[in-house]
Amino acid sequence: MSTTKSLAYVRKEMLDQQPAPRSQVGFTRWARDNLFSGWFNTVLTLVSLFVIYKVLAATLPWIFGGVWNADSLAQCRVIMNEAYGNTHHACWAVIHERWNQLLYGFYPETQYWRANLAFVLMLASLAPVLFDKVPRKMLYLTMAFPFLLVWLVWGGTIWGVTSVAFGFALGGIAFKLVDRFGSMALSAIAAVAVAAVWWLFIGPSVVEGLNSVAPLGHLEEVQSRDLGGFMICVIIGISGIALSLPIGIVLALGRQSDLFIVKTICVGFIEFIRGVPLITLLFTASLLLNYFLPPGTTFDLTLRVIIMVTLFSSAYMAEVIRGGLAALPKGQYEAADALGLDYWKAQRLIIMPQALKISIPGIVNTFIGLFKDTTLVMFIGIYDMLGLSNAIRANAAWNGIYWELFIFIGGVFWICCFAMSRYSQWLERKLRTDHR
Amino acid sequence: MSQAVERQIDRSNMTVSDEVAIQITNMNKWYGEFHVLRDINLTVNRGERIVIAGPSGSGKSTMIRCINRLEEHQQGKIIVDGTELTSDLKNIDKIRSEVGMCFQHFNLFPHLTILENCTLAPMWVRKTPKREAEEIAMHFLEKVKIPDQAHKYPGMLSGGQQQRVAIARSLCMKPRIMLFDEPTSALDPEMIKEVLDTMIELAEEGMTMLCVTHEMGFARQVANRVIFMDQGQIVEQNEPEEFFNNPKSERTKLFLSQILGH
Repeated sequence: MSTTKSLAYVRKEMLDQQPAPRSQVGFTRWARDNLFSGWFNTVLTLVSLFVIYKVLAATLPWIFGGVWNADSLAQCRVIMNEAYGNTHHACWAVIHERWNQLLYGFYPETQYWRANLAFVLMLASLAPVLFDKVPRKMLYLTMAFPFLLVWLVWGGTIWGVTSVAFGFALGGIAFKLVDRFGSMALSAIAAVAVAAVWWLFIGPSVVEGLNSVAPLGHLEEVQSRDLGGFMICVIIGISGIALSLPIGIVLALGRQSDLFIVKTICVGFIEFIRGVPLITLLFTASLLLNYFLPPGTTFDLTLRVIIMVTLFSSAYMAEVIRGGLAALPKGQYEAADALGLDYWKAQRLIIMPQALKISIPGIVNTFIGLFKDTTLVMFIGIYDMLGLSNAIRANAAWNGIYWELFIFIGGVFWICCFAMSRYSQWLERKLRTDHR
Repeated sequence: MSQAVERQIDRSNMTVSDEVAIQITNMNKWYGEFHVLRDINLTVNRGERIVIAGPSGSGKSTMIRCINRLEEHQQGKIIVDGTELTSDLKNIDKIRSEVGMCFQHFNLFPHLTILENCTLAPMWVRKTPKREAEEIAMHFLEKVKIPDQAHKYPGMLSGGQQQRVAIARSLCMKPRIMLFDEPTSALDPEMIKEVLDTMIELAEEGMTMLCVTHEMGFARQVANRVIFMDQGQIVEQNEPEEFFNNPKSERTKLFLSQILGH
């Protein structure tokens, strides 16, 4: 211990912030830290670069040297032989020639504009949901879109879909009227009952009457079996996504409910659906459901598939959202309670916005899974893109072509799923307010 | 532990009326088999400022959380502002909207701005129009001295500021009673004073307050009654002067010697 030095120290002035040394910032620093830190990592970097070069050297000529114009695989090969002296190149001509089929399936060619219009309207009605900068008035289009979609894609007069929409409106009015008496459950039951009565008993005859008197906006009718390709994927995928989120929320809340019956039903539903492969549910939809329905009812196949896909992913969604709910501190519930917010208001204003934000990665994961699972419909005889690739190969002209079709289909799905993924990351960043 | 509260307190509005604000009679509560609150009897008159002290696990937080039914009691009666707390949801919501509460961990809503935190309950529970709710919110944010943070998110504020926002958020509902559940326990020493100052101002305006706190300086200066709890029971209550200088029960003496000992 030194006795001569005093322990006392007083700083005379506080220091200003200084810039970091030059060698500690920028690309050089990054490359040194991440690529060439030590001899072992340097070797790994060089080996990796070599492997990447080899893979690209093999695939890029195949992809970019491909043939785009030909009528058959055989003709493709002739062209390749003339140009390169071998056949080691892609035959993209199949995509070129069957482009419309891959997009629309067997939809009547003269009616493609309807599918295109529906697609544009879909993008327009998604915009206000995805981006809050878009004018809120566009949400009216979003609400009308499901009915426009059905009318445009399946055709018929506007009365059928108007009647369905009217049923929803009646249900809404019934809900509002009964809600005055205070019971949430009662008003929900009333809404469902009123809407069901309209849809099952009154609506159909009104529609028939209107159709014979004034067949307004009649479009050529298209059967569900003629839908296919990318179009059917989008219809099933987007419907499933849009419906499974709200149903998932309700199931997640139901699973946490104090009401024994509600809780049991929700848990039973979730565990049953999650325990069964999707393909089983799809076979049920395509084959068995008709046995359970009253004789004479025709229930559109696409609609049945949408219902099954929705139920399937809503069970997963419920569990994802339950994870988000569990991650919320108990204090949030208590603060909402202490301010006098009732259960539904607390859920809507405090709990759900936060729980959903936490669950975004899981929710989008489920969405992506659902979208890709739409390819399973080929097993119940719906010609989605994969189903069509089989059909295309069945034609003598394209017999034996695999890679090009699968790469194309994979690419289409990848673009859609990657877009969802990027959107979800953007949304997460945008909603990050906790500044941890 | 005691934090010196330096400024002079204006006692002109700090009057206790004869009107009863909260009445708890023979209240018992169990967590499963565990008897957390045992035969609690407490009458709080309007304008009273009560500090509840006691070792951890003594049931003091649980008791004040029973007053706005964040915890359910199994036996006895709790009457708040003339309304008895039963499982009737209407009564519970009515009482909750008239009783403000501040928590140890503030419990601000992190996804809403400070202003939105304050306007939410007035707009959705009291149906106050948005503009009016914002005026009320700004009034109370000025009162707790953070109007300039109104458009920030809670995560950007210091702990002391967050707790003051939490107080402002409760005040926006114009409560007649305020409950504080260890409001300064999660704060750095430098920030405790700003929160205590806000609470003192509230007391000066004649607010009925129940505070669970370890701030004995605050208890001495502001409270008109100190309650000491242990093992789920009210062990001793008295005016602060008597309570600190002349505690009657051995348990209280031990507790005071432990928290004031150094």
